[in-house]
Amino acid sequence: MIKFTIDGVEVEAEEGQNVLQVALDNGFDIPHLCYHEALEPYGACRLCQVEITRGNRTRLTTSCNYPVFEGIKVQTRTDKVIRARKMVIELLLARSPNVPVIKELAEEYSVGTPRFSLDNDDCILCGLCERVCREVVGVEAITFLGRGSSRKVGPPLEINPQTCIACGACAYVCPTNCIKVEENENERTIVRWGRTLPMKKCKVCGRSFAPWFQLDYFGKITEGIPKDFWDKCPDCR
Amino acid sequence: MKRISSLQELEKTRQEILGRIDPEKPYVTITSGTSARAYGSEKVIDTLRKELKKQGLTGKIDIRITGGQGFDEREPLVIVSPQDILYQQVKPTDIADIVSETLLGNKVIDRLLYKDAETGETVLHKTDIPFYKAQSPYIFGNNSKIDPTSLDDYIAIGGYSALAKVLREISPEEVVDIIKKSGLRGRGGGGFPTGRKWESCRNAPGKKHYVICNADEGDPGAYMDRGLLEGNPHSVIEGMMIGAYAIGSDEGYVYVRYEYPLASENVENAIEQLRQCGLLGKNILGTDFNFNIKVSRGGGAFICGESTALMASLEGKAGEPRAKHIHTVESGLWDQPTNLNNVETWANVPLIINKGVEWYTSIGTEGSKGTKIFSLVGKVKNTGLVEVPMGITIREVVYDIGGGISGNGKLKAIQTGGPSGGAIPASLIDMPIDYDRLSEAGSMMGSGGMIVMDDKTCMVDIAKYFMNFLKDESCGKCTTCREGTRRMYEVLNAITEGNGKDGDIELLEELSWIVAEGSLCALGQTAPNPVLSTIRYFRDEYEAHIKEKRCPAGVCKALITYSIDEENCTGCGVCKNVCPVDAITGKKKELHTIDPDTCIRCGACMAACNFDAVKVV
Repeated sequence: MIKFTIDGVEVEAEEGQNVLQVALDNGFDIPHLCYHEALEPYGACRLCQVEITRGNRTRLTTSCNYPVFEGIKVQTRTDKVIRARKMVIELLLARSPNVPVIKELAEEYSVGTPRFSLDNDDCILCGLCERVCREVVGVEAITFLGRGSSRKVGPPLEINPQTCIACGACAYVCPTNCIKVEENENERTIVRWGRTLPMKKCKVCGRSFAPWFQLDYFGKITEGIPKDFWDKCPDCR
Repeated sequence: MKRISSLQELEKTRQEILGRIDPEKPYVTITSGTSARAYGSEKVIDTLRKELKKQGLTGKIDIRITGGQGFDEREPLVIVSPQDILYQQVKPTDIADIVSETLLGNKVIDRLLYKDAETGETVLHKTDIPFYKAQSPYIFGNNSKIDPTSLDDYIAIGGYSALAKVLREISPEEVVDIIKKSGLRGRGGGGFPTGRKWESCRNAPGKKHYVICNADEGDPGAYMDRGLLEGNPHSVIEGMMIGAYAIGSDEGYVYVRYEYPLASENVENAIEQLRQCGLLGKNILGTDFNFNIKVSRGGGAFICGESTALMASLEGKAGEPRAKHIHTVESGLWDQPTNLNNVETWANVPLIINKGVEWYTSIGTEGSKGTKIFSLVGKVKNTGLVEVPMGITIREVVYDIGGGISGNGKLKAIQTGGPSGGAIPASLIDMPIDYDRLSEAGSMMGSGGMIVMDDKTCMVDIAKYFMNFLKDESCGKCTTCREGTRRMYEVLNAITEGNGKDGDIELLEELSWIVAEGSLCALGQTAPNPVLSTIRYFRDEYEAHIKEKRCPAGVCKALITYSIDEENCTGCGVCKNVCPVDAITGKKKELHTIDPDTCIRCGACMAACNFDAVKVV
């Protein structure tokens, strides 16, 4: 076990854990938008910054991708930390002034109207969708495109994503809810990626419940599950 | 190529090559690096070959084609040896004269010699030209002695003797120790002590250790690494081999930026030659040292010069930096211990091994040893690559080597360190150049770009230029860097367009703080430097833009007005003729006037006026 302190409180962690997860597990409130415990930390949103003292050096750093070390001192609410978070929130708010989660953060941290021209982008480029698609689903249907101020997320080459199974994991992890999933009787569409796939009907109740592609893919990557499992909707299984 | 399979054979090969050289035989050296090629060096070479054939001189006079020799604005250079007469800016049409007059007639062609702009005196030899005189070309100077495509040439000047020396008599630990004691610091940017990096990598556990040469040089106006890789690729490879031996690595990569085709070609050719003669591969020179190198070309992203982004790119991923809480010397390429150094850093290694720590540390300042190659560009008379000892003053570089400011302007500032560096004002001209002094002044050594700016340069505009570069070249991962640089650019743009507001300077400072403190990699952490340094030294210029809506340097179009001076105008009408928007009116031999509403501030009238009558306010 690795022992260190967060805001003066001694905590324990296992080697390989990151500071943010340990802090959250111990009830410390650190805002974060690009972190999800099921995914590799990425360090993009820069909201989870804290001050960490290791040896005789103290620095402002993101806690999501900071590995725990014995004896480090983590401070989550110093003036410097708050100042940095406020600036990050102001930058995010100028980019996405209409996104609820950003507006809530701005209110919590008393960030008023940004001092910059306002855009209206609902994606904050946290990359959770890209990571869940690659690390968990494993189809790599979407990726980061471009760089700098023209960076965005989308299907490679910005054409219909051939490997997308329309599972909706990207929509599930998106903190700004900018990835919409629409369903009708027979089809599911991931609006942002322009992917529409026909859905399978449940063998028992007859309801359309998931895209054929998705069920085929799940059948292939899972072991020890009877084949007809994927023919029934979750309610009828 | 014959195999060289032992230390003795290398020495024997060297003696054989030297034995084949006839010191009496005349030869002509022609530079043909990228700059020279842009000036048509390939045609010059072709013409010389044909002319020699025509005169029946083929085989009697040798031709040596080298990479750049530094003095890029005078390319291509042609040096006739053994007299060592240097001709500059040679065109194919000059070749017939060079052959008939100098090679056959032993006469000097005055018009092709370097002419001192001030004294009007011509200079015969390269080393007497002021541009070269004040340099210490220990690393870059070898470019003039070798054909970069010839391994024989490199071996002839002592190439691979440093490698042979370490393999013969120095243990890997001792090599690390030598580099530590030499005080060599990374030439690519941060200036981290090279020996300490090697030691950490050597001591890090891993299945395999890698060495990487970072040749993803991308600072605007900087091309030192291109010059070295094009002109002397073996010196870089020899450095890598010594590093690999010291660290315990058997595999290396050279990551060359996409825009450097000739550098890639020359380094690939060098590697192939080494493989063929057994200097790369297994049991090099009969020892148990195994090493191989691959060349990988970048895709054109500036960020790939950052070590972790470079490694991601080598792995086939998008070039994006990652956090370095675990250093790359412990877990780098494919999660193995990896030692990355810049082109120039590697090229310093054979020199240190051959000449010894005592000699090497005698050059430079306390914290910065050896020499540094700078690309001296901008508003300076002599532009090109210059190698100078650490600790030389800015004045010596700009005036002694650079020949002073071009045109009739005055020195205003020097931007070092590219987009990560800062502008140093003319008042600090006697500052010695080394890592620590540049950092103290708010700039950095960076890779060695040195852009000279005169009083017609607007410092707000310069800050805007670099911020525009950085907002495009940021990978876009961190909110702070992606959004922060973009917002800094917006604020700067507003200031230059006359829309600056009170508080903009403070807003820029606040943004600078979060971009520097809150970003993951060195690109973001240093991105505000051009803005902070210009605010620090040229705050009054920012204030003039914001408060008085005035651009003191006369650059920002929205803030300037062109007018014609009553006294100086002769009514010649030249300005009227060149004006692309017909904004100038006036009768022949009478005062002309510019309509400010039609004028697009292109400056064509000012450039065309022979009587200094067009003014900018």
